[in-house]
Amino acid sequence: MTDEEVKALLLRELRKIAPEAEVDEIEPAADLRQQIDLDSMDILNFMVAIHAATGVDIPEADYPKLTTLREAIGYLRGRMEGAAKLS
Amino acid sequence: MPLLGADMEAGTIVQWLKKPGDAVKRGDIIAVIDTEKATIEVELFETGTLQSIIVPEGEKVPVGTVLALIRTDGEVAPPAEARPQVAVAPARVAPAPTIPVRPKQPPPVTPAVPGRLRVSPLAVRVAIELGVDLSTVRGTGQGAAITAADVQRAAKVAIPEKPPSVPVEVPEVKGRRAPTMSPAERHAAMRKAIAAAMARSKREIPHYYLGTWINLSRAMAWLEAENLKRPVTERLLYSVMLLKAVALASREIPDLNGFWIDGAFRLSEAVHVGVAISLRQGGLIAPAIHDLDKKGLDEIMGNLRDLVKRVRAGVLRSSEIMDATITVTSLGDQGVETVFGIIYPPQVALVGFGKISEHPWAANGMIGTKPVMNATLAADHRASDGHRGALFLAAIDRHLQEPEKL
Repeated sequence: MTDEEVKALLLRELRKIAPEAEVDEIEPAADLRQQIDLDSMDILNFMVAIHAATGVDIPEADYPKLTTLREAIGYLRGRMEGAAKLS
Repeated sequence: MPLLGADMEAGTIVQWLKKPGDAVKRGDIIAVIDTEKATIEVELFETGTLQSIIVPEGEKVPVGTVLALIRTDGEVAPPAEARPQVAVAPARVAPAPTIPVRPKQPPPVTPAVPGRLRVSPLAVRVAIELGVDLSTVRGTGQGAAITAADVQRAAKVAIPEKPPSVPVEVPEVKGRRAPTMSPAERHAAMRKAIAAAMARSKREIPHYYLGTWINLSRAMAWLEAENLKRPVTERLLYSVMLLKAVALASREIPDLNGFWIDGAFRLSEAVHVGVAISLRQGGLIAPAIHDLDKKGLDEIMGNLRDLVKRVRAGVLRSSEIMDATITVTSLGDQGVETVFGIIYPPQVALVGFGKISEHPWAANGMIGTKPVMNATLAADHRASDGHRGALFLAAIDRHLQEPEKL
């Protein structure tokens, strides 16, 4: 997956979680939670959705590494490449 | 029409899910009702046969109106003049401050009342969506009833600039008919309902407030270890531990678990914890998780997940709305430290949790930093005193120090 593809996937899932939010206007370097008002249940659902779409199970300890959209894209690309190398 | 919350005055029948002659049993969902706050699936508290439906779909009636007649098991099929029978729903609505007397003579079932339009429920909804005045629509359905297609035709005449090929999208909720209110109407109605309940609370309930800091090191360490073992789909949120601790404390100090009705406190044996869930478009609902004190954390997590999903979709069950015995509001996700709660009448207590953050914490003569949370209690001074409230908060703290036992 390219950065753009990962971004499209993340935005699609965020749109499902926060249908009323202006997902396309998310600032890539700013806190995702604050920008579209996600609570802990939303975050958990987001992680479940990422897992369903990519197979990447993000441990709780890594949640802080996905604070912004840009970080989330980088983290996921890294995890997916790691998985590809292993297989 | 059941009273689904202290603030409800009327409801609209969206759909009947049973028809006359059907055998019905306790727990069945018999109808879908639209209130100011949500679409509610009305559960039945009797077993028997649905004899007749009195209020047709699409009609808005005040709380207390008989909606349908149910012949309970053992009763013989009645003669034409109606004998006392079970009216759908108000039976279990104990916390009702006032249930209007329902009409002794139920209105006739026949929808062909002179002067009243015959309109299908779908047509009503389409008319609301398209802004069509139903009195201007000519019906082509059975008995000149107005159908959805009639409304759409009328809408095209009224708003010619609208492309005629666009199909009217009728949202479905779990294969059932969707609510009759638009999001904007729902929002306005919800603000009104919250205003009524909160104004009543502030007017009638002499609140007292207590607060304490709770050290969550043990609870959070336990949860972290537990979640590490679990796939993402089975992880727990910390709020599940808080809910369970409140439920256990409610069982120990029952003065805060129940209702204030007619000048007296009615203690509740069951612990149904209301969970305040905010809606993304504004407003909140606090439906109950039933018998939470008897459930394990996994089951509570499943209930909470399901509840949040249904609250945001706007579909709840009547019992969830009616019978919370105490409410919890957790605003930690929004970053506040302290909640000053307003009790939801006729309940007598509301527990508030703020965010968990690292604080300096002194213990055994040492100072370190610990994840700490502020817990508050707003309680009804008519039902309990500060001493009992203090024991209650202390019990919550104690249970959170033994997370493995929750």
